[in-house]
Amino acid sequence: MKTVGLLLGGTAAALLATALILTPGWNFSKVHTTQTGYRGTSTGELSTAESVRLLKAANALPDAIDPAEAGGKRATDVYKNVKVLTDLTEGQFNRVMLGLGAWVGGEQGCNYCHNPENLADDSLYTKRVSRTMLQMTRHINKDWQAHVLTTGVTCYTCHRGQPVPKGVWYKDAPPKAGGAAATSHDLGHPNRVNGFTAMNTDPFSGILDGKDAIRIQSTQALPTSFGPTMFATEKTYSLMMAISGGLGVNCTYCHNSRDFFSWPESSPLRVNAWQGINLVRDLNANFLKPLQAEWPANRLGPTGDGPKLYCATCHQGAPKPLLGAQLAKDWSELGGVAATK
Amino acid sequence: MAMLNFEKKYRVRGGTLLGGDLLDFWVGPFYVGFFGVTTVIFALVGTLMIVYGAALGPTWNLWQINIAPPDLKYGLGLAPLKEGGIWQIVTVCALGAFGSWALREVEICRKLGIGYHVPIAFGFAIFAYTVLVVFRPLLMGAWGYGFPYGILSHLDWVSNTGYQYLHFHYNPAHMLAITFFFTNCLALGMHGAVIVSAANPRRGETVRPTEYEDWFFRDVVGYSIGTLGIHRLGLFLAVSASFWSAICILLSGPFWTRGWPEWWNWWLNLPIWR
Repeated sequence: MKTVGLLLGGTAAALLATALILTPGWNFSKVHTTQTGYRGTSTGELSTAESVRLLKAANALPDAIDPAEAGGKRATDVYKNVKVLTDLTEGQFNRVMLGLGAWVGGEQGCNYCHNPENLADDSLYTKRVSRTMLQMTRHINKDWQAHVLTTGVTCYTCHRGQPVPKGVWYKDAPPKAGGAAATSHDLGHPNRVNGFTAMNTDPFSGILDGKDAIRIQSTQALPTSFGPTMFATEKTYSLMMAISGGLGVNCTYCHNSRDFFSWPESSPLRVNAWQGINLVRDLNANFLKPLQAEWPANRLGPTGDGPKLYCATCHQGAPKPLLGAQLAKDWSELGGVAATK
Repeated sequence: MAMLNFEKKYRVRGGTLLGGDLLDFWVGPFYVGFFGVTTVIFALVGTLMIVYGAALGPTWNLWQINIAPPDLKYGLGLAPLKEGGIWQIVTVCALGAFGSWALREVEICRKLGIGYHVPIAFGFAIFAYTVLVVFRPLLMGAWGYGFPYGILSHLDWVSNTGYQYLHFHYNPAHMLAITFFFTNCLALGMHGAVIVSAANPRRGETVRPTEYEDWFFRDVVGYSIGTLGIHRLGLFLAVSASFWSAICILLSGPFWTRGWPEWWNWWLNLPIWR
């Protein structure tokens, strides 16, 4: 009996040790660090040739679409039921449709949104949603240059050829278990959002679709009163994990960790991130939420809410979406700002 | 100064590693030897370099004095004196002083005719320091990866380095190191308490015998590791703490560049439940 126990235990330990040593995906290549702070502060991003190659591969650019010829009739004079792109010429309008087909339509192309029998038909929900999305894209390029500068965004920034972008979020399903197990809330389930930690799997609700405060850091060395709850604290840390994973950066990209709250000691990039959080809040509240009635059941989350955005929706693991490629400057139709010399 | 009872055994000629009889001497109760001399030289030069660096810096506040390593752009080369060169000299001096001190301990062991437990244990602390400022920078390709010499600045370095891997508490070697540090602290606290209680009886009572320590722990926790065993345990815990803390930082960067929580995906990906 003892021998059998020892054998079984030994085998299990040996298998675990083998998995532990051989499967985590260790790095064996040269590490490069982009130093961002004063020497010796240990701030900066780590990369390897392999991580750079993967990032470039994941951010391949779409084929360029030739600019529309100047002049011509207005789209509203040529097509029926044009409600958003009313300021475009026929050529510009067709160019946007080409873009949408390639960037958003997926395998169905035009027919993802359009009834091929009657292009003006609004019966497909995707067509109705795409109107809001076009308005949203123009809104970002025009009103959110604090975050997107003149680099701007196009549909491709998020969609990458797919009808639903990677990195949208839904509210978590409520805990199924009762009693003590129900108090686990959404903790203890490592995933891409919480950075594979045991922290909250939905750090977004209330913060990115509302105006809940993120700040939980003490501004003093010693506590003087009860601060935010553990749950609120972990929610913020989990949100930061989501930002970190969404941008493919570590905490020191924005923060000096000796004083997380301190703006003067933070990287200036933290201001961009703050603008980004406000941008996401604006888009979720004013563009995604009003679409709630449009979504079919298969686009809803476990509690019946529609898809919502966070940093990863655009950034998709890169510090700058598409590694900073300036696609929007060729898309004045989408509100893109031509590059200034 | 009165002689301690073991000093007769200690004050014997010979057992030196270098220098023979030439530097085999004492200053008061302290043995010096060749490595005592080199320790003093390295420590003096290193300390003076720190004072020089502090004089160049913006503050004399002891907490805030900061001798920072070079920028990463200098790679594994020499940096200008005022841009990390001082750090490089201080590092050489520190390694020289620590190494000399360990070898002086070896000489004392040889004089006493005892094992090398003390210098070996100290060697683990030196190993941890060397990993931080030599081995990891060598693997990463720049001296700038070393930590800065300053009471607060080295803590800032530790904090930021941890957050470069998102959540350092998920570093498995860090977990082991912390566990060993805390257990070491607990063992030392328990051992110290039982010794003090045995050696300081109430007025009118006599000092308790050694067995008392065993009785106490057998009563309280059902087991006593024994008077010799507790020192072996202490050595193991302390040495393990230093060793695993060295490993945890050696892995971070050269062998792991992403968040440490992600490392545990090997567990989530086990074929049993993947």
